[in-house]
Amino acid sequence: MPESIVQARGLTKKFGDFVAVDSIDFDIVKGEAFGFLGPNGAGKTSTMKMITTVSPITDGKLTVLGLDPTTQGRSIRQRIGVVPQEDNLDLELTVAENLYVYGRYHDMNRADIRRRTEELLEFAQLTDRAKSQVEPLSGGMKRRLTIARALINDPELVILDEPTTGLDPQARHVLWDRLYRLKQQGATLIITTHYMDEAEQLCDRLVVMDKGVIAAEGSPRELISKYAPREVVELRFLDGEQDQAVLKLDGLAHSSEVLADRVLLYTDDAEATQHEMGERGVHPEQVLVRRASLEDVFLKLTGRRLID
Amino acid sequence: MTALTRSFRVVEAELVVYRRTWRGTVISSFVNPLLFLSAMGLSLGTLIDSSGADLGVPYLTFVASGLMAATAMQAGAGEGSFPVMAGIKWRKEFYATIATPLAPADIVYGRFLWTIIRLTFILVVFAIISVLFGALELGPALLAVAPAVLTGVAFTTTVTAFTVTQENDTSLSTLFRFGITPLFLFSGTFFPISQLPAFLQKVAYVTPLFHGVELVRKVALPEADQSVVTAMPMWIHVVYLTAMTVIGLVLSARLLDKRLRP
Repeated sequence: MPESIVQARGLTKKFGDFVAVDSIDFDIVKGEAFGFLGPNGAGKTSTMKMITTVSPITDGKLTVLGLDPTTQGRSIRQRIGVVPQEDNLDLELTVAENLYVYGRYHDMNRADIRRRTEELLEFAQLTDRAKSQVEPLSGGMKRRLTIARALINDPELVILDEPTTGLDPQARHVLWDRLYRLKQQGATLIITTHYMDEAEQLCDRLVVMDKGVIAAEGSPRELISKYAPREVVELRFLDGEQDQAVLKLDGLAHSSEVLADRVLLYTDDAEATQHEMGERGVHPEQVLVRRASLEDVFLKLTGRRLID
Repeated sequence: MTALTRSFRVVEAELVVYRRTWRGTVISSFVNPLLFLSAMGLSLGTLIDSSGADLGVPYLTFVASGLMAATAMQAGAGEGSFPVMAGIKWRKEFYATIATPLAPADIVYGRFLWTIIRLTFILVVFAIISVLFGALELGPALLAVAPAVLTGVAFTTTVTAFTVTQENDTSLSTLFRFGITPLFLFSGTFFPISQLPAFLQKVAYVTPLFHGVELVRKVALPEADQSVVTAMPMWIHVVYLTAMTVIGLVLSARLLDKRLRP
């Protein structure tokens, strides 16, 4: 039995009458990268805040590193690293000073901080910016510095809340590479995201959250094979033709999703589906065949897209 | 880490910033009393002293002692307002702090200690300039730094408690316009409150800056008689300002916790 790092049973968070997290259960084991996938407002951030002990739990049971967040928050925070959704670096400090102050907050001595800062600036590819002010750094650099700062205390568990939201594709790939390396060094990662490609890239296991509950759980591959057939045929029609065509597509595939701008057909054999479509006299403006992704899983589970 | 160590870590973070920005703050610490004492003390003072008004002491002396308390109030209220709003809403660095073993209360206590350091520095400079102007004697002026700091932190903690419950800086501007500025003008800094209409005098007695000004004056001008200060015993001022500081501190810690960890 692998060691459980975070365990939640009936975990609930309410703000007044609003239920942000509605009695969820999950187990995160040592060394894995665990994802929380879901749209904005699904309850991901509320869950993260309970795990990082900065939001009291309303109901249920939660243990982090075997400790109770309600009474042992300080000891938990001593051993975890937190990368918040929004960068909250101290803009009055330089790059290196941000790490220094954070190290002191973690009760580290100056020599340890100095050694660790060198390693982390290297890791975050910011060595030549050590003495720069934070303000003029690019979005990707600030994000990498926020991650480096979260690692100053050599945490056993790193929690990243939407680590790449708002970054350009190149910056995202650099960041993914860093997170992948972190995982290889043995850290346990918890990642929230609303990007399915991010979850597929980084997570060993994930839960799909929607409206405060867990809609599904498994590895990305498991979820895709369980909730979405192998292939997806995406059809785009000329303006006004979609409604007519949809009527003719009935029963053509395992299942289908009709979106505002396109129709998705889930099938095990895209070629056969396309052939049949021609027989029925459906001629879309554009046809795209692709492998099913987590986004399809989400659509299947909730009837909605991840990013509206 | 003990609670005290945690608070010192917050002070240390402020010092890291201060190491770079101290030049600017030193200049403003010097310029502010210089301007006030030359305009109000020397220029206006000459006019008042030659008009035959009897304050018991030269106007420059009267206003310098009052301004020590009023300056402390302004600096103290300043530390409790905009930097706190920045930590919560603008730069949000308080959220980074509470992701470490530190908690919201540590931020409050740490910033409180830091404000004591800042105010002590500002007021020592103020005292020295007052001495150079010939307004105050060196010994009493330096002794008066302590009651002035107390006046300042009483405002820091209460203004912090207020700021923590606010959503934006409009309410902070309102606080300064309708709270701090009237106190600055009508609490006995520039004229004895015996000049006020009787009912306003009673109002003045319950305002915090009145107690700050009185306490600073009684320490800075040990020989002043009742044409300069009231007969109210010093301990009343001390109790008033200490109670205000402690209540503000306890409230701030509690309210900031609610705010940052909903």
